[in-house]
Amino acid sequence: MLEIRNLHASVEGNEILKGINLTVKAGEVHAIMGPNGSGKSTLAQVLAGHDAYEITAGSVRFLDQDLLELPAEERARLGLFLAFQYPVEIPGISNAYFLQAALNEIRKSHNLPELDAMDFRELLNDKMELVAIDPRFAERPVNEGFSGGEKKRNEILQLAVLEPRLAILDETDSGLDIDALRIVSDGVNKLRSPERATILVTHYNRLLNYIVPDVIHVLVNGAIVRSGGKELALELEEKGYDFIREELVAP
Amino acid sequence: MTEMLDTAQPNKAHYLSAVDTLRRGSYPAWLAQVRQAGAARFSETEFPTRRHEDWRFTNVAPIITTPFRPLTGPEDWNVSVSDLESVLFGTAGWTELVFINGYYSAALSRIGSLPKGVVAGSLADAISSGNKLAEHHLSVRRESGNVFNALNTALLQDGAFVHLHAGAVLMFPIHLVHVTTGLNEPVAANPRNLVVLGRDAQADIIESYVNIGAGAYFSNAVTDVALESGARVHWHTLVNESEEGYRLGSTRVNQDRNSAFRSFAITLGGKIVRNELTTVLDGEGAEATLNGLYLTGGEQLVDNAVAIEHAKPHCTSWIGYKGVLDNASSAVYSGKIKVRRNAQKTDSRQLNRNLLLSDRATVNTKPLLEIFADDVKCTHGATVGQHPKEVIFYFRSRGMNEAMARAMLTYGFADEVINQIDIEPLRRRLDRAVCERYSPI
Repeated sequence: MLEIRNLHASVEGNEILKGINLTVKAGEVHAIMGPNGSGKSTLAQVLAGHDAYEITAGSVRFLDQDLLELPAEERARLGLFLAFQYPVEIPGISNAYFLQAALNEIRKSHNLPELDAMDFRELLNDKMELVAIDPRFAERPVNEGFSGGEKKRNEILQLAVLEPRLAILDETDSGLDIDALRIVSDGVNKLRSPERATILVTHYNRLLNYIVPDVIHVLVNGAIVRSGGKELALELEEKGYDFIREELVAP
Repeated sequence: MTEMLDTAQPNKAHYLSAVDTLRRGSYPAWLAQVRQAGAARFSETEFPTRRHEDWRFTNVAPIITTPFRPLTGPEDWNVSVSDLESVLFGTAGWTELVFINGYYSAALSRIGSLPKGVVAGSLADAISSGNKLAEHHLSVRRESGNVFNALNTALLQDGAFVHLHAGAVLMFPIHLVHVTTGLNEPVAANPRNLVVLGRDAQADIIESYVNIGAGAYFSNAVTDVALESGARVHWHTLVNESEEGYRLGSTRVNQDRNSAFRSFAITLGGKIVRNELTTVLDGEGAEATLNGLYLTGGEQLVDNAVAIEHAKPHCTSWIGYKGVLDNASSAVYSGKIKVRRNAQKTDSRQLNRNLLLSDRATVNTKPLLEIFADDVKCTHGATVGQHPKEVIFYFRSRGMNEAMARAMLTYGFADEVINQIDIEPLRRRLDRAVCERYSPI
């Protein structure tokens, strides 16, 4: 589904990603872990198509297309979704209106009929129930005045409505209390399917107790330095990121 | 150059000859005096130039140099209800009073369901029938406004008169429709409105300023509003003048204790538009909430001059005006909050936010505080900006392109004001207008 080869990216002349290689197959859940400043969020933003980053080398294929050639909106229509670490607030535009517009843009690109307000509302209600969000959120302006946890849950609601092929969750667990973490994880787990894949970008392995990944990658200084099964998370938990750094320095 | 401007003060003769014409008619003595005082002030006050602080960014030269014909009585302007289809609401129960070039048209108006103790009609009728309240309110105020207000008073003839007796509560809004015609020649209309709410009375008022015909015209409206203690009004001013229409409008409110004035000043169209709104919080516990929205394009100029005077303690005021500017249009905002020495415990906030859709659009914004009391809470602010890049990226990451993101954001920015309007048919109409203007879906 996703194939990243030797991806280099920089922002304002500073190289942040220094040769990422990663393959994600349909049905898989990958976790990308790493210390602050290792490039995790940059990778997520680069994949979503943020134009602040300059791609200096490498390639990314997603569903047999050259992802890097596509503008952000076309990546989304193709089925890529980024749950933001810091979702923005959009005053004056209700959640329902925003999501209906988004879903219809995606449907149009797949030659599917647009949903009218009634049909969309039915769908939205189902999804709100799925991710345990108060139905009144539908009418509230997108993320405006939401708590940190509410914003993250709202990202998961968008994920549930838009049903992407690949979801990248950027630090979705940070700032969540244990109940919110459970609700967010339940939502993600319910959306798992053989056709879809998920990349969890996280600093802590707390989230991995709720969403069990197939593969864990450790990103340090812009490159994936270790990949392994879920036991890698335990090792990181025990020893911290330093042991990997030390391994890297050792011959 | 400044000398030149002084001597270039345009001739006021055509206006003053209209004053003379009125003087020859038969009117009550008190009205003749009110007009005379207005005429005196009009004669002695210069038309503003951009050297006047209050008019620095609003050049009214096109208005004063065009020989608009002032009107001294109603004429046959041939306006039919079908001309007003898009303006009138026609909602059951509503009262809609129509004024053509400032003169009441009974034929085009419709009196809806009004409770006992409510008068809604023509100011000229109130004057000719000897209405003491109208006489009192028009003569008690010594004309101290700007030169255009003075002109309006000098030519005071007709407009809307609304009076709610103490305790009267309107179930349905009263809609005052002011139509100026740009049909055959440039006319100057001087509608004069008087709205008085007795103790604890409540009303929803909508004023629409619109036009018929393609030519230039000048609408110079003055509206005086008196709220007695505990009275509450939701006031809505919609300005949708034509591309050749000039409007200068002044709404002057006086609020007694515990009264509440909540207003929406919405400007959608006009070549040069200035909406002045002043309120004096003249009794403890009075509240003023002034909302505004101006959407400009082309080479339009829209000026909102808002002023609140906190004259008594324990009053609260909020001013929130927003503007969306496109093309080479410009907007001016000034918000003056004055807190008198004894007006302790004043709570006042104001915010003016502007969204620029074009590099050629300009905004001049000036929130001002003048505080003479020491125990007050006052904040003010102004912003001018464009849609943030990060927000646009958020839309794009959800499958919407940049044009769509911008359109939706602009719509959302404007709709935040519209959404606060309680009257559903009005809110829906404005929401549709904003949506059609900016939003792609």
